[in-house]
Amino acid sequence: MSSTHRRKERIDRGIKVRTEGLYALMSWRELSYLTLPRLVLIVGMLVLPFVMPGMYWQKVITIVCIYAMIAIGFDFLAHYVGLVSLGGAFFIGAGGYLAAILNSSYGLPPLLTIPIATVLGAAICTLLLLPCLPLRGVYFAIVTLMYPLVLARIIEALDILGGTDGIMGVDSFASSWVEQYVAIGMVLVFVFALRRLVNTDLGLVFRAVKDNDQAVRASGMNISYYKAVAVFLASAMGCLAGACLVHIYMWAGISLFALDFSIIPIAATVIGGGGTIVGPVLGCLILVPISELLREFGTLRIVFYSLILVGFIVFRSEGIMVFGERKYHQFQRWVRV
Amino acid sequence: MDILIYGTINSVALAIMALGFALVYGISRVPNFAHGSIYVLAGFITWSFLRTLGLPYFWSVIITLLIVGFAGALLYQFILIRVRGMAISEIIASYAVGIAILEGLRWGGFRGMSYTLPVFAEGSVMIGGVPVDFHRIIMVLVGAGIFVGLYLFTHYTRIGLALRGMAQDERAALMLGIDSDLMAVVSMVIGAMLAGMAGILLLPLGNIVVEAGYNVLILAIAVCIVGGLGSWGGAVLAAFLIGFAQILTVVYLGSHYQMVVALLAIIFTLILKPSGLFGLQKQLEERV
Amino acid sequence: MTSETILEARELSKNFGGITALSRVNFHVNRGEILGIIGPNGSGKTTLINCLTGFIRMSSGEVFFKGKNISNKAAHKIADMGLTRTFQIMRPYYSLPAYKNLVIPLFAPRAKRTGGWRGGGKLGDRTTVSIDILEEIGFERDSFVPFKMASTLPTGYLKRLELARCLALKPEIILCDEVFSGLSMSEIASMVPLIERLQMDGITLVMIEHRLRELFQVANRVMVMNFGVKLFEGTAQEVMANDQVKKAYFGSEEVEEVMHYA
Repeated sequence: MSSTHRRKERIDRGIKVRTEGLYALMSWRELSYLTLPRLVLIVGMLVLPFVMPGMYWQKVITIVCIYAMIAIGFDFLAHYVGLVSLGGAFFIGAGGYLAAILNSSYGLPPLLTIPIATVLGAAICTLLLLPCLPLRGVYFAIVTLMYPLVLARIIEALDILGGTDGIMGVDSFASSWVEQYVAIGMVLVFVFALRRLVNTDLGLVFRAVKDNDQAVRASGMNISYYKAVAVFLASAMGCLAGACLVHIYMWAGISLFALDFSIIPIAATVIGGGGTIVGPVLGCLILVPISELLREFGTLRIVFYSLILVGFIVFRSEGIMVFGERKYHQFQRWVRV
Repeated sequence: MDILIYGTINSVALAIMALGFALVYGISRVPNFAHGSIYVLAGFITWSFLRTLGLPYFWSVIITLLIVGFAGALLYQFILIRVRGMAISEIIASYAVGIAILEGLRWGGFRGMSYTLPVFAEGSVMIGGVPVDFHRIIMVLVGAGIFVGLYLFTHYTRIGLALRGMAQDERAALMLGIDSDLMAVVSMVIGAMLAGMAGILLLPLGNIVVEAGYNVLILAIAVCIVGGLGSWGGAVLAAFLIGFAQILTVVYLGSHYQMVVALLAIIFTLILKPSGLFGLQKQLEERV
Repeated sequence: MTSETILEARELSKNFGGITALSRVNFHVNRGEILGIIGPNGSGKTTLINCLTGFIRMSSGEVFFKGKNISNKAAHKIADMGLTRTFQIMRPYYSLPAYKNLVIPLFAPRAKRTGGWRGGGKLGDRTTVSIDILEEIGFERDSFVPFKMASTLPTGYLKRLELARCLALKPEIILCDEVFSGLSMSEIASMVPLIERLQMDGITLVMIEHRLRELFQVANRVMVMNFGVKLFEGTAQEVMANDQVKKAYFGSEEVEEVMHYA
């Protein structure tokens, strides 16, 4: 063929190659290439409460962090372990109700209820999800989708745990500043911890379970155990978020199992970039304020997210952070074939 | 005796609800999580035709079925076809569409007691000393008719046989010249119409509430998992098992426990026999 | 080479619905030998491996490994005991580089206990150990090959990666499912010495193969299967001379004879 064809070629940027391993310490330029994005993230999030105009928007930031914790768990499970959790509300409800019970019935302060609710809630959630772990991924998706719906109906029908009224009179945090910084701090901790985890040997095992679980079994490892560990981690994050939430709203009710907590994290992950752990945080930063702005439209906002979600899935777009990371690390050019 | 009657009625209701989902999954392996929303949507459209446009009941039903069938085809052709094969994306996409429909209906003011569909016939009759209203009898008869009709369709017509072929082995069907996308559209249309029919049959027994959409989705999934994803006979059998279990708990424990029964049924099935009663995915048990 | 029986199957049978994949298979493997299993396609060889290693539930029969009954034990427990296998359709972890593929088996409890291949009982840094193993099976150390993504490697390297995944566990026996298939002549030429080296290191090998010439070079004994039944067992010469084996592979003019096996 005499006609020339072109194709896109993507090459790592020079500075990315220069920052591999120890060479990152070569000069300030290389150091800042690596550290600047992370600093922007940390400083940006820590400064956020100060730049927000008023109490209402400060609360929005806290709620963003709550959603971000679920979304990080979803991203970790879906893209690094291969389990798609369609019911983030399950974790919120479990952690939330546990914290509320510990606080109102046993009088424990938020400083204690949150850690206990996190660990205990994660244990309960993992236990309830145990039957579907040895099975194919579809079953995990179905079961996680159903648990919040069914549990909400059970609580309503049996009128336990406060029924439709919920549990009132839950203590709040010491001050609104504590509230915000606990939430922001936990999000930052989770983001960096998970990004480190997926590069350790244990993280490699998780990725292998997603890639080819038969081979992992043939190597003498019990995949149900590792899936359970991953589910424990993700549900711990969700339960922590739920525990914080009830202390913010000073109330625990069926609305903890609301669809918002299941849909927004998925939409945030898809928009923000799946597989990056930090993409879901970005997605939440975008979606939750929009959700607040649309609050007067009632449940129409759920329609809105659902349609965005469908759009992103159907057109298979990669998400903001994935696009951003690629642009940051690589450049592309046309090459003659 | 009344347990027998009510149990049968409940079981047939569950089977009608689940059949649409089981059919679509069995043929094209696409889990249609918008199933519950089509159920409610059909009720809403029929109501609109009846009250707002004043059409006679029979024609409202027919046109509604055509509309939901078309909606099912659209759902497949524009959304599901692009994520075909990626099971998780199919679930998320169809679930999101289902939620969009249901919450959209909720926002459209669709709540409260004022929306009902009239029953097909007033009055009741005594069967074995138990009062049973005509509508429920009609529902059982129509349900049985649907099952028989579906059986005949899939065993004796060309399209039905093609659908069964696709359900058994998609690759082999492709090699025989059966267009898998076309068959998937057909199965979605039939599945949507079945969901719509379920809505039309069952919604007159109560109010049209958006919550019913989620309930129907849960119950349909429960029935299909217990019966085995992909097996229609298993779905019917499971519907009877769960149906009777629900009635028994209503009689002996109280009427609040119906959802608990569904949840426990799923959990027990996943623990004891993951592929379900007549499950075709035996490899789930092959794993030691 | 002692004649201690390391693996034994008694009356092993497997039905898939109405299809009999395995019918009352009896065989044993001695420690340190190489047993070849051959047979036409569909004779149940891969099903045999799946049943022995716990990936499929047997319909009836028993399997003994080092004297212990392992029938229907979970697959990961069997691998943990030292009975490992490769897969016919090889599937490395495509999203990871080659050396990271080995880090995963090195994470297994067995690798921790035994120290991995050539380990002296204590597992060091997994990355280093994995590069050592890769070098030993033929990945050139100083080149970039161990660091390439597994999805970019050619078949010869991938087959060796499969073997390396088993070696990382310091196995006592490896069941190889068609390691020679799909390899070019030069790749096979480097594979055969690897097999012989593994035997010299004390690993027992059971090899399912279609490439008979290479198999007969290394195998001590050969077993022939057809339609789920063990036809014959003996040395390579005996197998090649046997009439039933010839009929199974080449067919026969007497139709009733062939039907007899079905």
